[in-house]
Amino acid sequence: MSDHTTAGDEYRDAWQAAYEAAQLRDTAFSTMSGVEVDPVYGEGPYPGQYPYTRGIHASMYRSRLWTMRMFAGFGTAEDTNVRFKELLRNGGTGLSTAFDMPTLMGRDSDSEWSLGEVGRAGVAVDTLADMEDLFADIDLSGVSTSMTINGPAPIVMAMYIAVAEKTGVERAALSGTIQNDIFKEYQAQKEYIFPPRPSVRLITDMMRFTSAEMPRWHPVSVSGYHIREAGSTAAQELAFTIANGFAYVEAATAAGLDVDAFAPRLSFFFNAHSDFFEEIGKFRAARRIWARWMKERYGAEDPKSHMLRFHTQTAGVSLTAQQPRNNIARVATQALSAALGGTQSLHTDSYDEALALPTEEAARIALRTQQIVAHETGVTNVADPLGGAPYVEWMTDEMERQAEEVFAHLDRLGDGSILEGVYAGIEDGYFVSEIAEASYRFQREVNSGQRIIVGVNAFTEGNEDSEQNLLRIDPGVEDLQRKRLAAVKSDRDDTAVDAALARVRADAADPGTNLMPAFIDAVSAYATLEEVVEALESEFGRYTEKAVI
Amino acid sequence: MADPQIRIVLAKLGLDGHDRGLRVVTRMLRDAGFEVVYLGLRQTTEMVVSAAIQEDADAVGLSLHNASHMTLAPRMVQALRDADLDIPVIVGGIIPDDDIGPLRDAGVAAILGPGASAADVAQAVRDAVAGSATV
Repeated sequence: MSDHTTAGDEYRDAWQAAYEAAQLRDTAFSTMSGVEVDPVYGEGPYPGQYPYTRGIHASMYRSRLWTMRMFAGFGTAEDTNVRFKELLRNGGTGLSTAFDMPTLMGRDSDSEWSLGEVGRAGVAVDTLADMEDLFADIDLSGVSTSMTINGPAPIVMAMYIAVAEKTGVERAALSGTIQNDIFKEYQAQKEYIFPPRPSVRLITDMMRFTSAEMPRWHPVSVSGYHIREAGSTAAQELAFTIANGFAYVEAATAAGLDVDAFAPRLSFFFNAHSDFFEEIGKFRAARRIWARWMKERYGAEDPKSHMLRFHTQTAGVSLTAQQPRNNIARVATQALSAALGGTQSLHTDSYDEALALPTEEAARIALRTQQIVAHETGVTNVADPLGGAPYVEWMTDEMERQAEEVFAHLDRLGDGSILEGVYAGIEDGYFVSEIAEASYRFQREVNSGQRIIVGVNAFTEGNEDSEQNLLRIDPGVEDLQRKRLAAVKSDRDDTAVDAALARVRADAADPGTNLMPAFIDAVSAYATLEEVVEALESEFGRYTEKAVI
Repeated sequence: MADPQIRIVLAKLGLDGHDRGLRVVTRMLRDAGFEVVYLGLRQTTEMVVSAAIQEDADAVGLSLHNASHMTLAPRMVQALRDADLDIPVIVGGIIPDDDIGPLRDAGVAAILGPGASAADVAQAVRDAVAGSATV
């Protein structure tokens, strides 16, 4: 429901004080025609005030623009390292790593399962040696790194820590995010390894470890992006994602962590799709729901625990293979919705992503697109510039209402526990079938022409011109990576590896032991990702999905 | 109308988890009167061959989204030949234009790209089974 109250003056005074205390960017906050504009308009609660519907900071983008975080990764670690340096030179302010499918599934490049997928859709990481190549000549204390990996996340995190410490950067100085969100894997992206409960233990181990030793790290990025890409509606994306967030909060508190010790480090990741106002309403509703539940249901007292921070990526699934350059326009409007929704960081998709991994040129246009939104449109001058608009407030309320229906369902399913409700919804196929139903409904609307997608079912003149300049991954990468792995295996001390893996198995068998130290040990001895995963599998088992439509 | 006799096995080979397309295609083909055996994720070529034999399938459909099509699709064709199964392989997913020729040469009967309509998919399966497939 709407936040408008009559305590307007108190809100205004508090906002004014917070705004004046904030450091502002050194730029003119006026329109292109020279009209001075206020930092915020409308009524309270204002940006930076509970329940944060209007944003988490009083001054929003006047203080700091969103982080322009472009996801990259392909081929060998060395190839990706070159792309990272290129992004940093071009004004990117954070690194974001895409791993190849074998890495995401905890398989080594020499596994039978990895055939044809090594280095194709991201970078291949088998051992610490690959991680060393990936971040070579980059000062890890000076960048923030995002690693998009889930099933084997704690092992890859251990590699990142080991690389940093080898180059003299202490773990406490590391800043970044690891996705580490397993629930949406069972629900949407399907990159799970172990069954849900032991997987959640790995996550709570990491949350405990980072909250004690890595104060600048975000140990979980609760991700709706993939739920949306799998075909959900905006409201389902919102509801399932936030419910997953609640489930992690319940899991961590059940593991003995104080909610205010970890909640400020949780972050979220949403999709910016094509329906402009629906997306803006979704972002605003997400902040309000999180604030209320964290305060009222989970008893969090630190305002930082109430604030929902999020990364956004434009909707890959909205990009068309037909007339691919039209995608630049789609990405621009989606990026604008993220800015108007108050995102903390943004990845803009490249126009050629419906065809292949982005070329360097396409990735540059994507980065330029968000720079244009940030620096030319003027939307960064005013916090929550659409707040108070009747349609936007209605849409925000509507998104919240639909999400609350889902929370009520999960709460019933879990007998008063959202965590148990999420486990049950994974078990009984609730999430998968809701998403599949929504995606099929959308596809039928496109098929029948009821929903127009430019270049797909309308305005198809020009479809015959094919995009010539596509990134091709050299199939030799697979061979190269296998040889690299073989060399690392022959150089290492196998006795040390065996001992380290034995410790992983022993620690996995004891739910009271945090697994992170054993992982750091194992990867430092150059145990491979798959070796550590198999050590865990011997205790945890492996998850398979029932093939039901 | 679809021939109600046509039975197709649909699967995702390898590690790739992008199953939205294959789930939609399963529903499209069922709605069009086909009999679909949905194997789902993380299948090997051996698993698909054995399902095709057990189900007496008329065709195999693969969904490939991870640039692994040039490796996995020809292996599927070969695995069916090795098992003496003379049924077509249809591939859907993100397939660059340049790869269509080589995939056809490797024995893939039809290739469906993003934006293929329900009618396109149904027709491609019918044509492939009838042995008159066109890309």
